[in-house]
Amino acid sequence: MAYFDAASAEPLHPHARETLLAALADGWADPARLHREGRQARLLLDQARQTVAAELGCRADELSFTGSGTQAVHLAVLGAAAARQSASRGPGHLIASAVEHSAVLNAVDWLARQSGAEVSITGVDRSGRASVPEFAAAIRPGRTLLACLQSANNEVGTLQPIAAAAAECARHGVPLLIDAAASAGRLPVEPGWSLLAASARKWGGPAGVGVLAVRKRVRWREPLPADDRENYRVPGFPNVPAILAAAAALTAMSGERAASDGALRALTDRIRAAVPALVPDAVVHGDPVSRLPHIVTFSCLYVDGETLVTELDRAGFSVSSGSACVSDTRQPSHVLAAMGVLTHGNVRVSLPRAATLASVEEFLTVLPPIVARVRDTVRAANSS
Amino acid sequence: MTPQQRTAGLPAPAPVLTLDALGKKCPIPIIMLADRIRDVRIGQTIAVLADDPAAKTDLPAWCALKSQEFVGVDELTDSAGVPQPGWAFLVRRSY
Repeated sequence: MAYFDAASAEPLHPHARETLLAALADGWADPARLHREGRQARLLLDQARQTVAAELGCRADELSFTGSGTQAVHLAVLGAAAARQSASRGPGHLIASAVEHSAVLNAVDWLARQSGAEVSITGVDRSGRASVPEFAAAIRPGRTLLACLQSANNEVGTLQPIAAAAAECARHGVPLLIDAAASAGRLPVEPGWSLLAASARKWGGPAGVGVLAVRKRVRWREPLPADDRENYRVPGFPNVPAILAAAAALTAMSGERAASDGALRALTDRIRAAVPALVPDAVVHGDPVSRLPHIVTFSCLYVDGETLVTELDRAGFSVSSGSACVSDTRQPSHVLAAMGVLTHGNVRVSLPRAATLASVEEFLTVLPPIVARVRDTVRAANSS
Repeated sequence: MTPQQRTAGLPAPAPVLTLDALGKKCPIPIIMLADRIRDVRIGQTIAVLADDPAAKTDLPAWCALKSQEFVGVDELTDSAGVPQPGWAFLVRRSY
């Protein structure tokens, strides 16, 4: 049995757990205060900021900690737009790829509804890779306020053409937001971003910590009330112990990266090859090579995702699914839909750093009979 | 409910078989299509009526996987032309 949903939450790295427990004793006071306990918390917070900034390729004074990756994305989008919308220039225009995380699409959609901003959603190929020509063609010089492209896709793992997209944005003076939540800590952060968002629980930190980075000289204006915390970007008392744990996790994950990448990639390569061989009418999605090391998504014909996930859970394997029946909205994954691939019977396996070959082989042993059994059940239920 | 004929380009082939999967959740509409595709001759067209949002992606995806021809999709209307939820997916048997 095994937890195979690291893309939702990577289990807390042991270094992060140790740091979190220690920080509960040392980092609980208000880092804004001048007394001893406050200065201690402030020192720890600043160290964490330096650590995370160095890892993500930015300056400490460009980086703010948020309460989640989603909040970081929302603040990035809304703040970049707020700094550029005006009565004379109008509500402007934004670009986002069709496979962005829902946090990005929700923020962009919200801006469209609230301010009348126009939005271009640009397409991807069958592997989920954004089309650079389409992304570039969407730019409206003088009107586009912000372009959004993820570093990699969290559902299928495909890496995005960041360098090419960033070059196009730079050429037209359009700021680029990179949502790096899926890749931070696992792959180097590509340069060329104007704004960056990330999420600590995806890299083995605790929940409740996100990262917003805004390059110097990139205009950003608070879209919501702010105070002087976190460089005037994120109001309220920061969760210092969690932030320290997040920094420790990022350091640890990055340090292990070379070995971990190879190991996880071998395991997901094994799954990519084995699933179509062992399960009739199953198809694996996403780029086989240009991808995150730990994620593999596949869809099985003639079964529903919810039953598949439930049966795999009963067999001891925790996975997620992009099928419509699994989502609260009863809509299939917008990522799979944008790719034009099969959405029903979908299973996403995302391996944690400690995943073993034995657990992957066991998964591949239990999967085919489960799919066969669910197919029989679905067929029987439908014919009655 | 009657599928509208496509008006762009060539006229749509009239389906010789219509499968009503309205109210059914994926994968049922796909299973129905897979079960009945051999009931029409090669070159003939089946219409699958479905309103599950996943069908919009999954019907064309199934055709791509199974090398059957996805002809197109039409919004559904009733006999008075009033839009109804769902679509008619047109699939031509290729082999």
